[in-house]
Amino acid sequence: MVSMNMVQALNSAMDVMLGRNEDVLIFGEDVGYFGGVFRATDQLQRKYGVTRCFDTPIGEGGIVAVAIGMAAYGLRPVVEIQFADYIYPAFDQLVSEAARIRYRSAGDFTVPMTVRTPYGGGIFGGQTHSQSPEALFTHVTGLKTVVPSTPYDAKGLLISAIEDEDPVIFLEPKRIYNGPFDGYHDRPVQPWSKHPASQVPEGYYTVPLGKANVVREGGDVTVLAYGTMVHVAQAAARDAGIDAEVIDLRTLIPLDIETIVQSVEKTGRCVVVHEATLTSGFGAELTALVQEHCFYHLEAPVERVAGWDTPYPHAFEWQYFPGPKRIGEAMRRVMEG
Amino acid sequence: MKNRKALSLRIPEPVSRPGDKPDFSKIAVPEAGTVRKPPIDTRANEAMDLANGLIRVLNRKGEAVGAWDPKLDPETLRRGLKTMILTRAYDDRMFRAQRQGKTSFYMKCTGEEAIAIAQAFALERDDMCFPSYRQQGLLIARGYPLVQMMNQVYSNAADPLKGRQLPIMYSSKAHGFFTISGNLGTQFPQAVGWAMASAYKGDDRIAATWIGDGTTAEGDFHQALNFASVYRAPVILNVVNNQWAISSYQGFAGGEEATFAARGLGYGIPGLRVDGNDFLAVFAVTQWAAERARSNLGPTLIELYTYRVEGHSTSDDPSRYRPSEEAKAWPLGDPVIRLKDHLIHLGEWSEERHEAAEKEAMDEVRAANTEASAIGTLGSGKAPSAREMFEGVYKDMPWHLRRQRQQSGV
Repeated sequence: MVSMNMVQALNSAMDVMLGRNEDVLIFGEDVGYFGGVFRATDQLQRKYGVTRCFDTPIGEGGIVAVAIGMAAYGLRPVVEIQFADYIYPAFDQLVSEAARIRYRSAGDFTVPMTVRTPYGGGIFGGQTHSQSPEALFTHVTGLKTVVPSTPYDAKGLLISAIEDEDPVIFLEPKRIYNGPFDGYHDRPVQPWSKHPASQVPEGYYTVPLGKANVVREGGDVTVLAYGTMVHVAQAAARDAGIDAEVIDLRTLIPLDIETIVQSVEKTGRCVVVHEATLTSGFGAELTALVQEHCFYHLEAPVERVAGWDTPYPHAFEWQYFPGPKRIGEAMRRVMEG
Repeated sequence: MKNRKALSLRIPEPVSRPGDKPDFSKIAVPEAGTVRKPPIDTRANEAMDLANGLIRVLNRKGEAVGAWDPKLDPETLRRGLKTMILTRAYDDRMFRAQRQGKTSFYMKCTGEEAIAIAQAFALERDDMCFPSYRQQGLLIARGYPLVQMMNQVYSNAADPLKGRQLPIMYSSKAHGFFTISGNLGTQFPQAVGWAMASAYKGDDRIAATWIGDGTTAEGDFHQALNFASVYRAPVILNVVNNQWAISSYQGFAGGEEATFAARGLGYGIPGLRVDGNDFLAVFAVTQWAAERARSNLGPTLIELYTYRVEGHSTSDDPSRYRPSEEAKAWPLGDPVIRLKDHLIHLGEWSEERHEAAEKEAMDEVRAANTEASAIGTLGSGKAPSAREMFEGVYKDMPWHLRRQRQQSGV
């Protein structure tokens, strides 16, 4: 075990996979010689050569299309889209192609491709470096959508994604690349080294797709979260003094419904948290599922805490961000309900 | 500012519309054999003339002339001709099947048969093709069974795509034929990725891909050229300029401002413009581009200059937007007749043999259609199991799809 931050853990996952399988290639804007703007591919080109990890033109549609073609050949491309906000030029290739090729060719061609992309705000990135577009991908059947919340999970989930036979959108919460940000922007952030999940095996291991993780056990209310918000929700529970059970979903599609249902049946209450905008967000899906599966166990309406339905505003980042205060208030309302 | 005329917006307009006399007088048709054949390591900026000219081998007398004559043996030429005849017979039968209500949709490649078929002949059997929807000739040339194609068009119980895909959107990895997409142009950069993978693996297979003149306006076309150029991918990028994108003539893709072959030059990719109705010329340029790709010299852009004789699809009525006699006036003739005339000129074919070949093709199509129809056609006979609807979305079915399948009762 070695202490790693999330970027190092992601780097380690790619390092391990490049070493294990020569069909794994890594490419994207600035990922080769430079090692990526967030350093996730640092040193990989030097270690494995320019044909294993290389730079691309600034053309996200081309990056994803080329990866699809490579995957159809039999390779396992891992591409980086520099910010999730930049992924839209590739949307047609993801929605109409990557997600559909297995189905439309009746398994004749498949797309074992991983698209890594940093998402989320809290970094003063303004509206073009802060978005959380996960619901755009969870709505596309044929894609899997994964969001890690710790270095340990990031590495294990990324290895699972690379080994998966279907296309995976791997959303990296960039606000917690360096430490488990708890939502208090005015307090110093703890480094990952103080968090137990920063202890990461150096070699190969996997965290399976489709398995959630109960990160905080509790009896009063279930909080469903993923990515950065897992840490914010834990802080909110602590500070509100509520015995909340916080579930880190880890994979949105396929979703671990069993863990969710088990918890909500126990607590009878549920708060859904995400940083993405509220309307038609993944929280709507979670809320509907909880209602469908747990209606007779619910003591109160399910609450959603999410980003406001505005673009991510540069100067009002902390009014926008669904921080521990808003989550705590939602938990209290649910407790009173 | 005062001395200038006010700005005016230009909207392109084709020369002829319904009721007009077809007019192709603006199209320059150089004599066959007049375009030079450069070495395969030619750079784009040394090949401007090829992007703006028109490579032709078959002249009006049915002779093969000039440096681009691939000098194919008569047996190969006869196979090429018979494959074109078979493709046309297949198209006619399937078009009729749609009109008879046996399927929802069909698309013919009439007038464009030389493109897919001569190109399939020029490629190696295991080179990977990323076609658009009008290259059914590739499959037929590579020996994919007609009855399988029909099963797909009819979405019957033997449909290899299990009723999931629109008719004619074939897929066969075993025949080097990538699954066709209805979202146009997506295959172009995918082919570049496949070619890059082949190069990375030290393979000797190359990729070829096809796009229409209209779809060159999509971003994917330009991304493909850019990536192919940057990574010197072993890929042949084909633009089938058949003049029409449903009802929009090629002027709306910018075809009046520059040739589609010339699009390659800005990316450093040689562009060859070829008479798409000339089997020999199409074969020769494809062979040149394939040799170039296989020699690690990178991509070639080929503009195949042709005419879409029929409607875009069974859902289209071209008499609403172009003169109905336009196809007959097309100055580059019909690819089947031109190869036939060439073979007759060589003394290797005759009217009688041609008629017999047409009958043979119709018999083959009829027999395949009898077999496919006996299994089922859309909405009648044996259909794929509706359970197939839920299969293959993912490799392993997730719980939510299993649940939905249970709810659907299939």
